[in-house]
Amino acid sequence: MSGLPLKAILMLAWRNLWRNHRRTLIMLAAITVGVWAMIFMTALMRGMVDDMLLNGIRGLPGEVQIHHPDYRDDPNVNNSMPAPHDALLSAMRVPEVTAWTSRVRVPAVISSERDSRGVVLLGVEPQSEVKVSFDLETIIEGRFLEDSSDRGLVIGAKMADRLETDLGKRVVVMSQDPDNNIADRGFRIVGVYKAKLASLEETYIYGGRETVQKMLKLGNSVSEVAISGGDYRNVDRWLGGIQQAAGNDVETLPWYEIDTYLGSMLAMMDGFVLVWIIIVFLALSFGLVNTLVMAVFERVREIGLMQALGMRPSTILYQILMESLLLLLIGLALGNAIAVGTIIPLQGGIDISVVAEGMEMMGTSSMLYPALKLNDMILANLIVIILGLLTSILPAWRAASYNPIEALNKT
Amino acid sequence: MTITLRMAWRNLWRHKRRTWLTVGAMIFSNLILVFSISLQLGSYQMMIDNSLKSYTGHMQIQREGYNEEPKMRSSIDAIISLAGRVRDQLGNESVAARGVAFAMTSSEERSYGLQIIGVEPEYEPKVSTLPGLITRGGYFTGLNTEEIIIGAVLARNLRVGIGDELTLLGSGHDGSFAAGIAIVTGIFESGIAEIDRSMAQLPIGYFQDLFGMEGRGHNIVINAADLSEVESAKQSVSSVLKDRDELVVLDWELLQPGLKQAIQADFTSAWFMYGVLIVLVAFSVLNTQLMSVLERTREFGVMMALGVKPARLGSLVITETAVMSGLGLAIGALLGIVMTWYLSIVGFSYPGMEDMAERFNLPDRMYPSLSILSIMLGPSVVFVFSLLASIYPAIRLFFLQPVTAMRAV
Repeated sequence: MSGLPLKAILMLAWRNLWRNHRRTLIMLAAITVGVWAMIFMTALMRGMVDDMLLNGIRGLPGEVQIHHPDYRDDPNVNNSMPAPHDALLSAMRVPEVTAWTSRVRVPAVISSERDSRGVVLLGVEPQSEVKVSFDLETIIEGRFLEDSSDRGLVIGAKMADRLETDLGKRVVVMSQDPDNNIADRGFRIVGVYKAKLASLEETYIYGGRETVQKMLKLGNSVSEVAISGGDYRNVDRWLGGIQQAAGNDVETLPWYEIDTYLGSMLAMMDGFVLVWIIIVFLALSFGLVNTLVMAVFERVREIGLMQALGMRPSTILYQILMESLLLLLIGLALGNAIAVGTIIPLQGGIDISVVAEGMEMMGTSSMLYPALKLNDMILANLIVIILGLLTSILPAWRAASYNPIEALNKT
Repeated sequence: MTITLRMAWRNLWRHKRRTWLTVGAMIFSNLILVFSISLQLGSYQMMIDNSLKSYTGHMQIQREGYNEEPKMRSSIDAIISLAGRVRDQLGNESVAARGVAFAMTSSEERSYGLQIIGVEPEYEPKVSTLPGLITRGGYFTGLNTEEIIIGAVLARNLRVGIGDELTLLGSGHDGSFAAGIAIVTGIFESGIAEIDRSMAQLPIGYFQDLFGMEGRGHNIVINAADLSEVESAKQSVSSVLKDRDELVVLDWELLQPGLKQAIQADFTSAWFMYGVLIVLVAFSVLNTQLMSVLERTREFGVMMALGVKPARLGSLVITETAVMSGLGLAIGALLGIVMTWYLSIVGFSYPGMEDMAERFNLPDRMYPSLSILSIMLGPSVVFVFSLLASIYPAIRLFFLQPVTAMRAV
């Protein structure tokens, strides 16, 4: 008798699996829980990091930024650069770039008649700013700026509280001009916004670009050009073109180099997902090997008999591996189904606002949106099947290498 | 009892491989639990210590409402004498008064809007690590001198060094214009970019002068000897404040709610992961024990026929599990201790940790710290869940009929 056809091996394995249905069911439950935990936890962590990255990149803003080479170390009005020139403008017309904006961004002090605060003053182009960074829905009172020569000011709700000021009132903003003279100007508050991360409300105040440039005697210069492309993972595809067009007099950097915390979080997450899946698998593998060892142990005589009747050792090996494969496949199917079934109802977000301030330290907001990624699911499934079969080889090989006579005589 | 224990021990080794595989699952989980719990508890402690020591302190006295809305006018009258009274009450020098204001700070070349802190030169070094981190120049020479101490990044950005003059422009306590100058006498490097970039300190006497504070300040920082003594120190401080009901004492959990919550969030998500490991171990135990009970149906039938009570057999199964889990606990915890101890000496890091560490005020290398709690917490939960898992196989024995059991295959 040569090797059994696959169908026969499958049938034998399937029947053997259900000879001891309790053991099989417990093992299936363990695999299901393990696979569920792999995928569920990964989706939660991915969701958290996605949120962190999206918030972070929206706040930077943009996936790519251009600055004066010294600006990042010393964000001063002196480290400004000319507005984008023609070469850069045409480089930013590629389809990957969805939006770009140029901004003046300098440290400043804002004072009401009650109090003063240190802030970052942004001189923005309202039309393109809303495409790259500012979310119009966050305006809770008044309006956002209308154009770059708008003379109003938009501040955060928290900042308005701190300064005991309100929509329609006047505040004074002070900064320095390139000659280090104090540059100040009165602004009327035309809008109040409420940010996802409360700390932003106390940091940024928005004025029109031209108004701010006039106040700071900056001429046409800006502090940064922020360019957005939609997907943060694909920045490298279009970064080169922009870098080349922008030239060597300025510094053109992708988000993961501007905010290294964000960049390393993404890399760390990929590492974490792998480590987590492997740890869960290892915890599972003990039970898997145990189940197979017992299944072989109970059937020593039977295996001896089959060998005596002419079944090849390789067929026995395949049969045990097939049992393991069936067990893994059913467990994976159940685990995946339950993971998807538990994640989908949570798509609307999990409210974690009890620890909102803690999450803010990490840079995420108070709603957690699980992100089920196909790649992570494939990774988890592949690891379980491949490593699962590898760990099954040892018990299967032992079963295949019994001496038929000794095996038959075993009690 | 001893006979049950002896039987349990022998029964376990009837299937050596199976027992070791089950114990192996426990060892693996315990090893991971000991290591990660030690790492977590150690880094929480460090996160709290580093964050609080640099500036916030263990607790602060403030005017009610200041913490939510830190306004210039929510101030404490006669703050220096109040700080003195708190010091006497606690018998502890680690009490320092501070004032907080905003000012446009200009050097010859640059201007920045900064938070300016007025501090008591004599006591500030006892509540904060910053004065000890001065790398150039020195600390304040008096309470009323026109001196300023700034962070290293700020000094670089302002382009000033020791002896240079800074101009301060801001608004005073009553909203009036406040202006003054101060000489840079010290530059500190904390390594925390945010602090080095934005912190500036004046002696509190000069601070009060400059901002028209008239003896007022904004908070009194108090450090207890240890985190665990914060609560009792808080009670004691409250008694000093009896005649000042506009003031409150806030501990670090209220001052830095983010810190506590970050720890909570991390702890919760970690326990979800530990829970999964523990459940998987429990399944392993359930499987092993259920199989070992089913195999012995005939044997148990005979024992019952000989007069052994089901309860005795049940306790035998539980004892077997306890011995097995005990082995897993001992070996797992031991290996966990060895591994964690080794890493607590050489330290370890992983790619990307530096940025993460800086965000949470942690050092660049992690040193997990072993404690009885961090060693025993994980393994004992595994132990308990293993015992729970063996209840079902044990209960089955109560439904065994000796006659049918003896005939079982």
